[in-house]
Amino acid sequence: MSDNATNQGIPDPEGAASLIETDYEIGQDNIETKLGPFDLDIHNPVFLVSGLTIAAFTFLTLAFQNEVGPFFDALRTWLTSNLDWFFILAGNVFVIVCLALIVTPLGNVRIGGKDAEPDYNYFGWFAMLFAAGMGIGLMFFGVLEPVYHMAFSEPMGVPSPFDADGNVIEENVAAAKAMGMAATIFHWGLHPWAIYAVVALALALFSFNKGLPLTMRSVFYPIFGEKTWGWPGHVVDILAVFATLFGLATSLGFGAQQANAGLNFVFGVPIGNMAQILLIIGITTIALISVLRGLDGGVKVLSEINMVIAALLLIFVIAAGPTASLVSGFVENLGAYAKDIVPLSNPFGREDDSFRHGWTAFYWAWWISWSPFVGMFIARVSRGRSVREFIICVLIIPTIVSVIWMTAFGGTAMDQVLTNPDSQVHKYVIASYSPELSLFGMLSDLPMASITSFIAIILVIVFFVTSSDSGSLVIDTITAGGKVDAPVAQRVFWCTFEGLVAIALLLGGGLGALQAMAVSTGFPFTIVLLLACYAIIKGLMEEPR
Amino acid sequence: MFKKILVPIDLQHADKLEKAISVGVHVAKPDGIPLVFTAVTSNAPSALAHTPDEFKSKLSAYAASEAEKHGIEATGHAVFSHDPATDLEDALLKAVKETGADLVVMATHIPNVADHFWPSNGGKIASHADVSVFLVR
Repeated sequence: MSDNATNQGIPDPEGAASLIETDYEIGQDNIETKLGPFDLDIHNPVFLVSGLTIAAFTFLTLAFQNEVGPFFDALRTWLTSNLDWFFILAGNVFVIVCLALIVTPLGNVRIGGKDAEPDYNYFGWFAMLFAAGMGIGLMFFGVLEPVYHMAFSEPMGVPSPFDADGNVIEENVAAAKAMGMAATIFHWGLHPWAIYAVVALALALFSFNKGLPLTMRSVFYPIFGEKTWGWPGHVVDILAVFATLFGLATSLGFGAQQANAGLNFVFGVPIGNMAQILLIIGITTIALISVLRGLDGGVKVLSEINMVIAALLLIFVIAAGPTASLVSGFVENLGAYAKDIVPLSNPFGREDDSFRHGWTAFYWAWWISWSPFVGMFIARVSRGRSVREFIICVLIIPTIVSVIWMTAFGGTAMDQVLTNPDSQVHKYVIASYSPELSLFGMLSDLPMASITSFIAIILVIVFFVTSSDSGSLVIDTITAGGKVDAPVAQRVFWCTFEGLVAIALLLGGGLGALQAMAVSTGFPFTIVLLLACYAIIKGLMEEPR
Repeated sequence: MFKKILVPIDLQHADKLEKAISVGVHVAKPDGIPLVFTAVTSNAPSALAHTPDEFKSKLSAYAASEAEKHGIEATGHAVFSHDPATDLEDALLKAVKETGADLVVMATHIPNVADHFWPSNGGKIASHADVSVFLVR
């Protein structure tokens, strides 16, 4: 360390923090230069290697469609089928570590030092972490997943309420509904948020309390020591950029297809490349404006707008759907989740392979591959919270919101499917599988469908923007060696790059292949996260409580 | 003529700001006007400091050494921003309010093509501050 550090193994009494002693100076490997009129301040070699590898992978995928696609699909399927136990057990470890931090004295540690004050109020903070973390998925899976699990997945062997001809079998209904909900909430509840919380807490702790750069590699300092600043660290950071950019770009491509399907359903906008490219350009442009306006003026404002619209849609669905059964359903679903969380978390001795491999292990890999991005973003906005408050707000509250959301959207859809065989949800989920239309199908059987469907499309688009802008900030920070004040041109570059990769993959094919690859990075990151749990506990023990 | 002069600096590139600083000193010295060196940073660790407290003390040390060098009265005033890359001007305008300065002396670059898209920080301060602004090129 270049200056008078406070840490001599004894925490400072007023303990701003217990800094880590290292000779590394943030930005020491950076190249500061000018490209035309734009200033650059980029990490060497993370920026260049990440950028070039991403471009190379995109080109290779476009050039060798027939070879690359099947390879990554097979890799992803192999991982989630053969290592499902590893993902599921690791997920359990993350939940247990988080819950333990709430109840132990380690929860008293404050992120940013003992006297730090929160940077954001609860609403802004919560809006940002939710919009970055899972917003868009709730739109897509809120209707689809509960109905699908109830009717097809048969989690834990609970039978479907439909017979082969599609008639309702009354005695199966109650159990199948409960399991459909429990399984969905399982995928959107404590486990995903524990994954995010582990990454976010590790980064926040090592950055705001220990003084290390705000970038993925810092988590490894307790394990790699000074080697963190060399190639082992470069590899972790490059992999994080890789997973984030491909995760965002492929979601953006698929998202454009979904939004296009929605626009077609509601307004008859033709489905095709033109509409989808325009959507990607539109989303990228709004995200660009947002990153140019910065964290407070752009990202936070959009996230808050997003939360308000989502809340309005939620209230509408509760009011227009079967209100009484939704209200009692909330408690019942929470109960079903509590009852089934342990059996669902146990990967051994089960018969439901397609559910466990295709959904649970896939989700875990997917959440974990997103975690460098979401975790780093959550870390950045969480300074000043105590660890206990942090975990409660990142783990418990989002889980409750997920339960409410799934209860409203899934509960309404289940009700439609079970009471009306001609319902739109029945058509799109059960009769002819069109998952991208399931939400719009559910809304179309409620009053004022054209208005709410339009709001839903807006919400899908804004959720994409809030993922895209926060993702660009995160990639920019990693590729600037942990500097949060790198020149704005770099964010513009990453945000644009993401849009271009999405368009290239949309036109040339390969969205599925590279999404499978992004999800496959969940495997190495699971190991990273397990090490992060160790680093968190070790790091927290050294902090003044 | 003025009561307090605010000189925004980038602690990491303080060497490049000599011209602006000497203009500030030049105005301050004859009348004994206090100078305030302001720097904007984020709460996250940076090349200069691992914590906000460390940043504050480095800035104060810088101000003290400048004061001694030029024989003037000078203090440091740190402003913390969530996103200094985009919120620099707002942070500086806040510093003007907080310190009660009535003159800002700051360095700015010679306008180039990028200024059509991103106006220079100095230009923005000059358009938005309600105190006098002296831009040094």
